[in-house]
Amino acid sequence: MTTPGKDRSDRSPWNWLLIVPIVLPLLPFLFNADGPRLFGFPRFYWLQLAFIVVGVTCTTIVYQMTKRKR
Amino acid sequence: MSEHLTEIIIFTFLFLLVSGMGFVAARWRRPNDLATLDEWGLGGRSFGSWITWFLVGGDLYTAYTFVAVPALLWGAGATGFFAVPYTIVVYPIVFLVLVRLWSVSHVHGFVTPADFVRARFDSPTLALLIAVTGIVATMPYIALQLVGIEAVLKTMGVTGHLPIIIAFAILAAYTYQSGLRAPALIAFVKDTLIYLVIIVAVIVIPAKLGGWDGIFDAAKAKFDASPAPGDGPLLNANNQLQYVTLALGSALALFLYPHSVTGVLASRNRDVIKRNMSALPAYSLLLGLIALLGYMAIAAGVKPIGTDNNTIVPQLFDKMFPDWFAGVAYAAVGIGALVPAAIMSIAAANLFTRNIYREYLKRDATDADEARVSKITSLLVKVGAVLCILFLDTGFSIDLQLIGGVIILQTLPAVALGLYTRWFHRAGLIAGWIAGMAAGMIMLYNISNPATGKMHFAGSAFPLEQLGFDTKMTVYAGILALLVNLAVAVIGTFVARGARLGEGNDVTQPDHYFADEGDPRVKELDLTH
Repeated sequence: MTTPGKDRSDRSPWNWLLIVPIVLPLLPFLFNADGPRLFGFPRFYWLQLAFIVVGVTCTTIVYQMTKRKR
Repeated sequence: MSEHLTEIIIFTFLFLLVSGMGFVAARWRRPNDLATLDEWGLGGRSFGSWITWFLVGGDLYTAYTFVAVPALLWGAGATGFFAVPYTIVVYPIVFLVLVRLWSVSHVHGFVTPADFVRARFDSPTLALLIAVTGIVATMPYIALQLVGIEAVLKTMGVTGHLPIIIAFAILAAYTYQSGLRAPALIAFVKDTLIYLVIIVAVIVIPAKLGGWDGIFDAAKAKFDASPAPGDGPLLNANNQLQYVTLALGSALALFLYPHSVTGVLASRNRDVIKRNMSALPAYSLLLGLIALLGYMAIAAGVKPIGTDNNTIVPQLFDKMFPDWFAGVAYAAVGIGALVPAAIMSIAAANLFTRNIYREYLKRDATDADEARVSKITSLLVKVGAVLCILFLDTGFSIDLQLIGGVIILQTLPAVALGLYTRWFHRAGLIAGWIAGMAAGMIMLYNISNPATGKMHFAGSAFPLEQLGFDTKMTVYAGILALLVNLAVAVIGTFVARGARLGEGNDVTQPDHYFADEGDPRVKELDLTH
């Protein structure tokens, strides 16, 4: 039982970009502070919410760059 | 009760509307034959990006989350916000792992993670352990969805267990009939309602309370006045490690839960999964805003009903919204409980059917047998969840769910690492599972909370002091248990190789992990050889 295209793989240098949104949210010294506030949000809250955008950006780039040509 | 009449009418109307959709779902994207697990339990493995986004989003971000996370912030502050980093790191972590699982499952027709382990390591025993872990971890999770509905009903002045039993009976009936298509269709309504309610809430409530600055200051004032050492609007030196390990551990656990795997395997191809890994964080943003409802409740001076902190969010809505919109908000939470409860019961039923019934009770089960057994099991699972709520203390369900997160993590070496390497020996993996389980249980048992007088199972923050370290720092018990598991699995693998124990037959091949839609499948996978 084989599938066509045996040379396929998930390897891509773009995958390394995924490390950024894994590491950033796990570094409390970056966000564990009150100031500066943004729209009234202490840094602890707005920066962690901003990491969501970082995550979306990185995964979107990796998806677009590793998408299979059909 | 009469003062809540408008809310009750709107809630009931939306609930019945959605129930009707659940029954109609059997006809949606109708297959030739619903009597196979691929169709009933995985929606024909045919869902595209949009359906998958609603389905998996509705599956992972449950009603209980929406009620419990703000309650955590209300009670303890910053530590409750771990849900945000948790749901950020999970997607990049599983981005590459899940496409491999999808591919190999596509080729071999796997329905559950235990199916994969069975084929990869040729060990029915290991597969049984994975299946039982999944079922045990899922059951209390379903029960907790009922807690979400109960919190809403309580606020509307509806007490007693009858409404919950009726709601679950309806849910059980349409899940039985329509399978995974029911929650997939209902998820559209659920998520639209939730997004609507939360967008309105984060605009209207802060405006009424005088802005975000005031909300955060009110939270700070509350925690400054409280004597508890661990609370506050920011983390302190002793709970940062717990915050980070809990976020990471929960992220590693999330896609080991059978219901998450069910949602992923139901998608059409690899690109659908990758696209969803970048689109699902939209729900994390929503969750972050929902979490802050806890602080809004502090600023608004909202009090829970009795000692049930989970009623904080419904109480806030009751105070801040006109009756009709509060009704919509309650319906969003109530319907939000139905989607994950349905998927979880389907996932648990599939595990029983594939890895217990077919493996140990009826080896020559046909597709129709499997579908029938799964449908019946999904009913039993829901009855079990209702009994949990009726006869056990709610606190006990929460304890069980806490334990669930720790134990499901112990399937990581076999399922997630197994997708990448066959290096581990099946005997080593079994030994690691036993050691990780034991370590996890012992740690959870020894976690106490002097503030509530609870001596055992009082949370997941394990004090490093108990291991002989001179510190007040705590760490997530699940991560420590996983480290024990991995260490024993490695040692066990060396021992098993040294003793020349059989390695078993791996029926998967390297290229199976890259297969995509349209690639040939192994039609009749022989799991019994």
